[in-house]
Amino acid sequence: MTEKTVLRKQESWISSILRHQIIIPIAALLLLSLFNLIADPSFFCITLGHNSAGNPVLSGNLITIIDCGSELAILAIGMTLVTAASGGQDISVGAAIAISGSVIIRVLCGTNTRPDTLQAPIIVAFLVACLVAMAFGAFNGALVAFFRIQPMVATLILFTAGRSIAAWINNNELPVISDESFTYFGGYLPGIPIPTPFFIALLCYLITWAVLKFTTLGLYVQSVGINEKTAHLNGLNPVLIKLATYILLGLCVAVCGLIKVSRISTINYSVIAKDIEMDAILAVALGGNSLSGGKFNMSASILGAYVIQFLTTTLYKFNVQSDALSAYKAVVVIVLVVLSAPSVREKLSALVRKLHTSGQTTPAA
Amino acid sequence: MAPQIQTRSRLRSRISRLSDTNLLTSITVAVFIVMYLCAILFLQRGFLKPQTFFNMLNANAALVIMSCGLTLVMITGGIDISVGGVTALVSMCSAVYLDYHGGNLFGALLISLGIGLAFGLVQGYLVAYLEIQPFIVTLAGMFFARGMTTIVHSEPFNVAHQGLVALKDTRISIPFLGSFNKRGDFIPAYMEIGVLAVIAVTAGLFAVLKWTKTGRNFYAVGGSRQSALMLGINVKRTVFLSHLICSLLAGLGGFVFFIHVGSGSPAHASGYEMNAIASSIIGGTMLTGGVGNVIGTFFGVMSLALIQNIVSSVGFDQPWWTGITIAVMLCLFLIVQSIIIVKRKQSNQSEPSANAEKG
Amino acid sequence: MREKSVLEMHGIYKSFPGVKALQNVDFYLREGEIHALMGENGAGKSTLIKVLTGVYGKDAGEIYLKGHSGPVRIHSPQDAQNAGISTVYQEISLCPNLSVAENIFIGRGKGMRVSWKQMNSDAAKLLTSLDIPAKPTQQLASCSIAVQQMVAIARAVDMDCRVLILDEPTSSLDESEVAKLFRLMRQLRERGVGIVFVTHFLDQVYEVCDRITVLRNGQLVGEYEIEALPRVQLVSKMLGKELDDMADIKNNLPVSTEKDSVPVYEAKGLCSTEGIQPFDFEIRRGEVNGFTGLLGSGRSESVRAIFGADRVTSGEVKVNGTPVQIKKPIDAMRHGIAYLAEDRKRDGIVGDLSVRDNIILALQVKNGFFKPFSKAKAIKFAREYIKLLDIKTASVNTPVASLSGGNQQKVILARWLLTHPNYLILDEPTRGIDVGTKVEIQKLVLKLAAEGMSVTFISSETDEMLRTCSRLLVMRDRKLVGELTGDQLTQSHIMNTIAGGEQA
Repeated sequence: MTEKTVLRKQESWISSILRHQIIIPIAALLLLSLFNLIADPSFFCITLGHNSAGNPVLSGNLITIIDCGSELAILAIGMTLVTAASGGQDISVGAAIAISGSVIIRVLCGTNTRPDTLQAPIIVAFLVACLVAMAFGAFNGALVAFFRIQPMVATLILFTAGRSIAAWINNNELPVISDESFTYFGGYLPGIPIPTPFFIALLCYLITWAVLKFTTLGLYVQSVGINEKTAHLNGLNPVLIKLATYILLGLCVAVCGLIKVSRISTINYSVIAKDIEMDAILAVALGGNSLSGGKFNMSASILGAYVIQFLTTTLYKFNVQSDALSAYKAVVVIVLVVLSAPSVREKLSALVRKLHTSGQTTPAA
Repeated sequence: MAPQIQTRSRLRSRISRLSDTNLLTSITVAVFIVMYLCAILFLQRGFLKPQTFFNMLNANAALVIMSCGLTLVMITGGIDISVGGVTALVSMCSAVYLDYHGGNLFGALLISLGIGLAFGLVQGYLVAYLEIQPFIVTLAGMFFARGMTTIVHSEPFNVAHQGLVALKDTRISIPFLGSFNKRGDFIPAYMEIGVLAVIAVTAGLFAVLKWTKTGRNFYAVGGSRQSALMLGINVKRTVFLSHLICSLLAGLGGFVFFIHVGSGSPAHASGYEMNAIASSIIGGTMLTGGVGNVIGTFFGVMSLALIQNIVSSVGFDQPWWTGITIAVMLCLFLIVQSIIIVKRKQSNQSEPSANAEKG
Repeated sequence: MREKSVLEMHGIYKSFPGVKALQNVDFYLREGEIHALMGENGAGKSTLIKVLTGVYGKDAGEIYLKGHSGPVRIHSPQDAQNAGISTVYQEISLCPNLSVAENIFIGRGKGMRVSWKQMNSDAAKLLTSLDIPAKPTQQLASCSIAVQQMVAIARAVDMDCRVLILDEPTSSLDESEVAKLFRLMRQLRERGVGIVFVTHFLDQVYEVCDRITVLRNGQLVGEYEIEALPRVQLVSKMLGKELDDMADIKNNLPVSTEKDSVPVYEAKGLCSTEGIQPFDFEIRRGEVNGFTGLLGSGRSESVRAIFGADRVTSGEVKVNGTPVQIKKPIDAMRHGIAYLAEDRKRDGIVGDLSVRDNIILALQVKNGFFKPFSKAKAIKFAREYIKLLDIKTASVNTPVASLSGGNQQKVILARWLLTHPNYLILDEPTRGIDVGTKVEIQKLVLKLAAEGMSVTFISSETDEMLRTCSRLLVMRDRKLVGELTGDQLTQSHIMNTIAGGEQA
């Protein structure tokens, strides 16, 4: 009897962990790691070297992942909120990153395309970019919240125009920033061998954590996403909350823009942050969050972002061209959404129940 | 004074009696004609030449075909953003088939339609029967198609296949339409082979939507999915069919695109999904479904082409203006739609419904 | 099958997550009769009809139709149409974007082609014969709701049906249109069509119907000849009086409390966008009053206006004697008003969130954005109310959607009690939940009132109102038509006021 209860307790403990949504990205991460470990253990090799500036830097696939995955992780924060509140995704984030990157360069370079010194402090440029990106976020949010246009179609407008606007801001020129301090954000701080984007992502995560901890944002967003009418009857303003999530996403976009242009000290309007909207949506989905809104788990989304980067890096390792990556990721997306579709889930759980009952009855018989 | 008011009120009542589809289509056609007249009056005389119009048509034949398919999906209340990706994949596959595998044009056409069919079957099944959001499904479809294009062949190249080159350069002269060159010779206007496909598809789809039960079912499903079910329509099959036809037309449109450009490239038709959606919306298709027709879509495509033409001839010839003008037009028409919906709802609600019961 | 039956339903069961909508319901429809299907909201009328027409699948039971040997299978509305069952639904189930003629003919008949000419002329004939003021080519959305409903009726009638189901078709029609409909129904009865008629207008039932079947809480109450069931008895059958186990609840409150004191809440000429007539209302400390009336009489709309849930268009509001503005729910909450909404699923629970989050939601919103409760505090609150209201849940983290209906209702009640309101509005708190919980909720209401809270209590079950309320406001046709206190608070008095007109 006691043995049985202990067993049941263990079972419920395991199943509660299995039911936790962060298990999805963790499982994906383990699976990918295992795959790489078998295929080529040198994947996990990290070496210490020196970059051209003579600073000590770590290099290796894992470093690439935490480096390049950081923008995605930052975006995933905003995308998770938008998804939860409005039940749709913002597909204009790539274009918006191009805009905010372009704004930063414009402010730093002024009218000169090859300035020797910065025309404005970096912080000013960043703040301007924040304002611009939040304004575009507010535009998207207004279309969704006030005009009740489906999020993906509403953001399609900026998706179409964004890169053009970015090019327009700089007159389609490609200014180059030569100031070394600007490269810190996308590269390495002197003396620190870990890439800066990872620290920025960490900082963003900590801020988000604090915001979710010390404000009621999480509860409000989830309530609006699950049941707008109830939220309204409980004194919330669903329109305002949806709008706020899009503005917050704008903030995340500005941070990504800074990292992206800092990496190359210039900008390429058509290539910068290309296809990142797909990765960001994928990160949210991989984090186990429902793409039709409602409950969310921020940590799972962020972990999801790094898993996506893990997948990307793995595919690169196997000589998949960068343009072909999207095909593989699309397959992953489809598998994920099919598995999370209600009708499929119902059938699966019925199947599991059937297996379960047959498993129980056989030993008795 | 009095008769003026009378005609005005009569006009208003006539407008209010128009169905949503006809109202929006009329707006589009009117906008197109007004823009064209303005272009003729205030811009270069070039707009007076018939060939200017046919050039726009020739360049956008593929876009018209895939926009028509997209319109069908949007009428049922869905969306498909994979059409641009399918076009790129189709033209790349056809190019590779013709140049590297010594294929013929008919085979290339079959391949194009086959690819469209495959996309239609998968996306249609996922959307209609598994009830996954169409945007997610077709977003994945778009990325899959783009990725596959690179996997098939990663470099852009021109096709040397003779049949294709001949087809590409085929020009069909339009009788009695044309212009005189500087020496006073009459040069007839011409259209490319793809325009024939445009005419066939537009006319065929128009007829299907107007005069067959299946066609009307698309509208019913888009108007109200729940009601359509209650009225005894097989909603799932209708949605599936719309995606199937849309992807097939994307395949055909891809082939027409391929004939027009005569090359394969992963960068082909980039942004076409957005142009196609914008064209449909400008052409009077409601995002919420149930409203729209392919004639409107045709004029939607032409309006987009025209405005790009105008913008560049006014002097805004930098490439970014294209994207921005399309976005601005899309945004305007979206908001107009949103306002129309609200207005019509209000006028309905003001009707007396004293005892209408809740839930 | 019984003799003369055209349709029989045997032992129908249907349940939705958390709700048993139909339990062992039998239904018999004879040839050439008009059969009223009666019951309060949530009784299962609409569910029964949707099972019959294939919109919902049934969990158990069998359906027999005349001319079919053995039970028929109806999986979709299309099947139902083909089997000769045509339906006019409560909500208009036509496509607003199509023309009137198309709405009449779509989804019917064989062949691929649509002949507009034929269709329009057929539709024109049908419309004239039924005297419907609509053109065949007109877009349906441009017709008034009443005309749309008539078009739906025209469609149903035009199909060569043996069973015609009319699910509250008259709610949007005026008198002459109703008369037209009744004439049509009688004609069809002559032709041998079996008609199922659902309505909440008692006059209409007694005007056209031959027999009545009454449902309550998803169960069959009985099947009666119209002559054998006087109006008052019908109302009592619909509302249910068998709840004798509640006899121990006594309303111990003095009938009038502190008449001279300032009302906790007072409104003059209050009116919202939901089409109720402006009304005056007040409630004092420790008072329990209630709005009563049949469905659609405007009782929910009235309390929603008090809470600011719909857009308030006019009216002066005073809280504790001071004039205030209540435009949004948050305003009402700040003034100590709490509102438990009628539709638990739509307006009450936040399904995927935990019991804990659901309980603290309102207080949290009232508390403000920058002052979230710590997890420990939230759990403490939740535990406290779970214990107080005896909510049966596995833990505070269980998603509220997985609880039973009664426990969900208690969670929402806990949410509002946690805000410590001065004035609590309960709109149908006892609907669709088990008898035990109903008793608990009523006891709680009385306890809260004794502690000084003012409560407005709305229930479809008159017994409950009688037990708890010291004053009843009666509504009919979206108007306040009477106020009952003291000796007037009797079952028969209430029913007569509700039924209006005829004094039985």
